[in-house]
Amino acid sequence: MTAPSLPAATVAGLAKGLNAGEFSSVELTEACLGRIAASQPGLNAFITVTAEAALAEAGAADTRRREGRAGPLTGVPIAHKDIFCTQDVLTTCGSRMLSNFVSPYDATVVAKLREAGTVALGKLNMDEFAMGSSNETSFFGPVRNPWDTTRVPGGSSGGSAAAVAARIAPAATATDTGGSIRQPAALCGVTGIKPTYGRVSRYGMIAFASSLDQAGLITVSAEDAALMLGAMAGFDPRDSTSVDSPVPDYAATLEQPLAGLTIGLVKEFFDKGLDRQCEQRIRDALAVYEKLGARLVEVSCPNLPLSVPTYYVVAPAECSSNLARFDGVRFGHRCESPRNLTDLYNRSRGEGFGAEVKRRIMTGTYVLSAGYYDAYYLKAQRVRQLISRDFAEAFGQVDLLLGPTSPTAAFAIGAKTEDPITMYLNDIYTIGANLAGLPAMSLPCGFADGLPVGLQLIGPHFSEARMLNAAHRYQMETDWHLRVPAAFG
Amino acid sequence: MEWETVIGLEIHAQLATRSKIFSGSATAYGAAPNTQANLVDLGYPGVLPVLNREAVRMAVRFGLAIGAEICRHSVFARKNYFYPDLPKGYQISQYELPIVARGTLDIVLEDGSRKRVGITRAHLEEDAGKSLHEGLPGLSGIDLNRAGTPLIEIVSEPELRSAKEAVAYMKKVHTLVRYLEICDGNMQEGSFRCDANVSVRPRGAEKFGTRAEIKNLNSFRYVEKAINYEVERQIELIEGGGRVVQETRLYDPDRGETRSMRSKEEANDYRYFPDPDLLPVVLEDDFLEELRSTLPELPDQKAARFAGDYGLSDYDAGVLTASRELGAFYEDVVARVGRDPKLCANWVMGDFAAFLNKDNLEIAESRVGSAALAGLVTRILDNTISGKIAKEVFEAMWAEGEGADAIIEKKGLRQITDTGAIEQAIEDVMAGNPGQLADYRSGKDKLFGFFVGQVMKATGGKANPAQLNELLKKKLPG
Repeated sequence: MTAPSLPAATVAGLAKGLNAGEFSSVELTEACLGRIAASQPGLNAFITVTAEAALAEAGAADTRRREGRAGPLTGVPIAHKDIFCTQDVLTTCGSRMLSNFVSPYDATVVAKLREAGTVALGKLNMDEFAMGSSNETSFFGPVRNPWDTTRVPGGSSGGSAAAVAARIAPAATATDTGGSIRQPAALCGVTGIKPTYGRVSRYGMIAFASSLDQAGLITVSAEDAALMLGAMAGFDPRDSTSVDSPVPDYAATLEQPLAGLTIGLVKEFFDKGLDRQCEQRIRDALAVYEKLGARLVEVSCPNLPLSVPTYYVVAPAECSSNLARFDGVRFGHRCESPRNLTDLYNRSRGEGFGAEVKRRIMTGTYVLSAGYYDAYYLKAQRVRQLISRDFAEAFGQVDLLLGPTSPTAAFAIGAKTEDPITMYLNDIYTIGANLAGLPAMSLPCGFADGLPVGLQLIGPHFSEARMLNAAHRYQMETDWHLRVPAAFG
Repeated sequence: MEWETVIGLEIHAQLATRSKIFSGSATAYGAAPNTQANLVDLGYPGVLPVLNREAVRMAVRFGLAIGAEICRHSVFARKNYFYPDLPKGYQISQYELPIVARGTLDIVLEDGSRKRVGITRAHLEEDAGKSLHEGLPGLSGIDLNRAGTPLIEIVSEPELRSAKEAVAYMKKVHTLVRYLEICDGNMQEGSFRCDANVSVRPRGAEKFGTRAEIKNLNSFRYVEKAINYEVERQIELIEGGGRVVQETRLYDPDRGETRSMRSKEEANDYRYFPDPDLLPVVLEDDFLEELRSTLPELPDQKAARFAGDYGLSDYDAGVLTASRELGAFYEDVVARVGRDPKLCANWVMGDFAAFLNKDNLEIAESRVGSAALAGLVTRILDNTISGKIAKEVFEAMWAEGEGADAIIEKKGLRQITDTGAIEQAIEDVMAGNPGQLADYRSGKDKLFGFFVGQVMKATGGKANPAQLNELLKKKLPG
């Protein structure tokens, strides 16, 4: 057997190699663990590495394969964003509040991917409670961008994006509330998919903003995303908002020709905030799509520019309530020697949460308060309806929307930490899909000054198969997704 | 000044589902602390609520029974506040769109008149856990077994005008939820409790006075006492030149008084908003029709039928339909006896109810069943025993667990209906009491009763009273 070359690896390729007996899952897992250990001081992508458990799972996967009981993903190593509860493993959500929390149960996503035979390498770093766009709010320190370690990887799924970009994990789970999969995928030059709201169970995924949160993936390629999403998606009786509709075989339709596909260019996405080089890369990608037979039309979503303010009312409102359970009473951080109940609450929460989380809890508490509810929360919900309607109207004319994922390529660590508003504007192109519950992807489409640029696809509800097909055809024509940072080649 | 009392009740009825409203944990009362609390009840990171359909069915049954509007699209909302027995930091309740709105319930007042009480709404919500202090010096314990138990909160209009009316209304709701089998009604265990909003205003005034909310009253007696205390307190306060402040008060049953818990200024801003973890509850016509068609006969319908079919007074019909079990028991007795439903009613409401009450037993635990009671009533109607002797027989049946016939035989209580035997007893008494006989014959009519008593005594109370009367009337004048 020959050890796999991880820099060139995809989930699809590794699965093939495992099936062909070119290497074992134990060998593959050992290789990943070696790369993780070597990268950790520089990237800080992982919060917890479960080496022992991973090797045991890999051994079991190899046994299953020998016994002829292997599925398509059996023995493929992956890593989970530390927002997913993993039984008997530390689950921190990037926060001091949960820095001692060992989950007594597995999230549905974790359980499904284990059932599919994947091997869990550990838990990936993230912005605290998924609140951030740069991974700088993590209690466990910032993750660094593998393309330039002075820059941010994006966030909140910064650990997931950096790990896949550096090829230290072949694929990673992630979550997206306002762009937390797509923006780091763009900034790290990898593929990210946020499925339709309700497509993947939220059970066991620590809630930030329940009506926006959706689990998804960061992978090297759209093909990998298709393979993994099939294993992750589906109705979960433990999540009332998961949707009971069959999961298509996403891999089966990947190669369908794009002739006849209509792609909409959202006028509002090509605004003055978009970096010129990034815009040029998007325009380059459009040319590829035209060559593939797609028709391009301009569409308008006039309410879309309101998505950032709308989001920063809805998401904090839900977060202020969702994070109330972290009170120092039953689990998580508890202050030393509380004097009374109020002191227990004040100090446990004051010490356990970081500045950005506190800012959002306070914003959310404010917008839900008596006398302000109508002016903020209710109005935001109305604007949300308008944004959804804009998208619905656009999808009356086109099959998919295409635009930038992020206004700029990766910025320097520390560059935006002093100004939350500038930081929030990073998600200006991604938030709309969350507000409307639409599936969306980010694909690598080139570089700006040596830093990756991502293009975004947005589809109608439950159009993942079509979107993955469009992404895969693009990746058959281009190799941006196969580029690896020099330090990790 | 004459004052008018204004009361509105918020009744919390625990729904009799087997599992909790948003988790699969059991709801049984009395388990060891925290043995019926799973990760959802504990509010662990990442867990999600899933609605128990049975709780929805029960709430809708209640709505249908009070002729309310059933909301086809109701929404769960989060009521946010911090407390250790509230694991998530919010209670899942309903706020703007409750499942049941605008119903009514009729109550009978003391003077026998009827009053229709408006029910503003009834909404579904989860109960909180309990804080424990006993046996934990310097510490507080948390028991989350009750956390997530389904409740309906039934909110009345401020239309009740006295503590007695409030109790009559609360009893009526209590009867109804037990009829519907949606709540066990156990008040000691807290399955049925209420908060009372109480204010006073000068009689004739339009505007409501400032109200105080008395929390967590878990007995009818406490409701009456707490309201009466509170009304007096408010009147005294106002007449003394003071002002009632809007506040939450607690009733202390040991001292018989209410005292302030927190003022309006200290009240929480609950920051209600729709719970994004739960879909709106959408009810289809078929579902409502199915529930409507399976509603049991309701207390008012049953009482009207009893009054009509059995010729009972409204009062008696009301008493006999106060619980489904009592109504069924009564109807069983009537069916077995086959006549005189009024006499049957007197026995069920009289000695039977009194003995149950004395021994603190439920009907199902009664020492005299419906067949046995029917046997006893039958013996009165066929003149085997008199009504008076029947009381003695009933007491023996209750004590010994035997049927009426066995007791009558054993104790020789069979009524004497043989005219000759009664005549003989009369003659003996007349012979033994010549003075009284002479007095009677000289006009002291009142002595008739004396002779009845004496003959009864001589026959051990077994002489048929009607026959005895008739014969005495014939014989005494000489």
